[in-house]
Amino acid sequence: MAEFKELPPGAPVTAQVTNWFENRFPTAFTEYKKHMSEYYAPKNFNFWYFFGSLAMLVLVIQIVTGIFLVMHYKPDAALAFASVEYIMRDVPGGWLIRYMHSTGASAFFVVVYLHMYRGLIYGSYRKPRELVWIFGVAIFLCLMGEAFMGYLLPWGQMSYWGAQVIINLFAAIPFVGPDLALLIRGDYVVGDATLNRFFAFHVIAIPLVLIGLVVAHLLALHDVGSNNPDGVEIKEKKDPKTGIPLDGIAFHPYYTIHDILGVSVFLMIFSAIIFFAPEMGGYFLEFNNFIPADPLKTPAHIAPVWYFTPYYSMLRATTDVMVNVMCVLFALGAVLAFVKGSMSGKVKIGIAIAALVTIALLKTFDAKFWGVVMMGAGVVILFFLPWLDQSPVKSIRYRPGWHKYVYGVFIAFFLILGWLGVEAPSPGKTLLAQIGTVYYFGFFLLMPWWSRLGEFKPVPERVVFHAH
Amino acid sequence: MSQDAIDPSRRAWVGIACGAAAVGGAATAVPFVASFAPSERAKAAGAAVEVDISNLKSGEMTTVEWRGKPVWILKRTPEQVAELPKLDAKLADPDSQRKPDELTPEYARNKARSIKPELLVAVGICSHLGCSPTAKLQAGAQPSLPDDWQGGFFCPCHGSMFDLAGRVYKNLPAPDNLEIPPHMYLSDSKLLIGEDKKA
Repeated sequence: MAEFKELPPGAPVTAQVTNWFENRFPTAFTEYKKHMSEYYAPKNFNFWYFFGSLAMLVLVIQIVTGIFLVMHYKPDAALAFASVEYIMRDVPGGWLIRYMHSTGASAFFVVVYLHMYRGLIYGSYRKPRELVWIFGVAIFLCLMGEAFMGYLLPWGQMSYWGAQVIINLFAAIPFVGPDLALLIRGDYVVGDATLNRFFAFHVIAIPLVLIGLVVAHLLALHDVGSNNPDGVEIKEKKDPKTGIPLDGIAFHPYYTIHDILGVSVFLMIFSAIIFFAPEMGGYFLEFNNFIPADPLKTPAHIAPVWYFTPYYSMLRATTDVMVNVMCVLFALGAVLAFVKGSMSGKVKIGIAIAALVTIALLKTFDAKFWGVVMMGAGVVILFFLPWLDQSPVKSIRYRPGWHKYVYGVFIAFFLILGWLGVEAPSPGKTLLAQIGTVYYFGFFLLMPWWSRLGEFKPVPERVVFHAH
Repeated sequence: MSQDAIDPSRRAWVGIACGAAAVGGAATAVPFVASFAPSERAKAAGAAVEVDISNLKSGEMTTVEWRGKPVWILKRTPEQVAELPKLDAKLADPDSQRKPDELTPEYARNKARSIKPELLVAVGICSHLGCSPTAKLQAGAQPSLPDDWQGGFFCPCHGSMFDLAGRVYKNLPAPDNLEIPPHMYLSDSKLLIGEDKKA
């Protein structure tokens, strides 16, 4: 415990008040220093480093607007749709709070996708930041659950049929699937029971987990220190006298002030959307969701909200043909490992057996189940990124030039998959989605090999920084 | 105290106490997990539905609700019924062999998947992910459909197609044919959905 400090008589009142609190609650002071005034972040942060603090801002917006929405919303299949319309029409300012919340959901994903992209290109997930990344992916998963369950609450056509489709994904799991789907719905079809439990998850259970994960994400980050666009460890070059990293600056006031710029620009765009395009042409709030849920009629065109569509495309891409292609790819991989691999004979036989078992499983279960697996694997594979990437440098800046094209095509396919997910299916589009899906998984699964290849540039000792 | 050697008898008791607490904790989870299951009220709501089909003309379809699901009653034209066997090569399960106990009651295990050849009674829920397919009864080329379309159902969610007997086309996301619910004719114009003669 810290020493009890006595100030000399006649000290200024502010100093006395501060001292009174510091003697009684020293944790607040040490933690403030650790995370704000004496947290040293690299001085070369660029544009891409705004999105972490913006994600935090959006989280606060969602929690505050959510609390106010719950004051008027009714989680009852008979009343829910009308209560949302009541918020929109009769509650003073209700429309604004609701649009803040619905736009905030999309804004959250915009910000988080950009935040993840930053991590991807600068290698922010590499040692010793693996856990920071893993907590981050867990946050992403929680957000997806939160967004999905929240979307059921207005009880419109898209709410209803979207939930119906996603819950039925679980029914595709062999043996336990149908019972699992029943446990999730709490009824034989999506109904009042489903709405009530989704409400409970959306407003309390998942937000609690989410906040816990955000705290873990930040604590782990502050323990290992932030990465930067050069992927240089600033802790390796410290001022011998103070022990402060030479390339570090205090988070407060430097980055708090810096982030206010990002917040201002973000809020301008956010407000513009809320006031001028809250539905965003059907992408943020789908038009069919302004029709009350009708269990007898699926809307002619059903698509999830834009932030799920890349993964939804992977689900749709997994047809019987695609499963056959996957079998061939696994077989090729095994043959390649057998012929070219430098591992021992036993390992090779192991790989061959594993490939045969995988192919047998692929052919045993329906393509429908594998579609669900692909959709889930698309997210889960992110957890393994810290170990898949074997390149000798962290940042894209010092990687071989052609790596940028590999990343570029990856991003392009991710966007194409996202676009395909909102489009009605057609044979040509399905083929494109299949190519995109193969590239997406190939990018990650082959990363241990391709990320080592090529001519890497020398990484500087200190970060590259040009004062303004 | 920390310098003392570990007392194995105390260790064993600590272990047993932790184990007992874990069992108790896991048992406490049972009622919470059980509360996710459908309630007694939800289980009770499954009564059969009686439908009057005397006004259904040839080529027309009507939808009724049974257990919260849409059930289609389609009166096919004789030409449409005659067309059904010709499609076999394009279908995944033309003879309703897969999961017959769940999907196709015995009296519907025929080419038309129905009791009366022209009258199809099927649950309008896609076997893929539970969307309700759209009726595309007209034959001929249409957007999203093959050019030699013979009429049937198209699922807007993931593009699965079914013929006029609810049989799924090959190589599409949906693995199975549409479910034929238990049903029986009370008279020529009265259909009961949800019960059949066995029940």
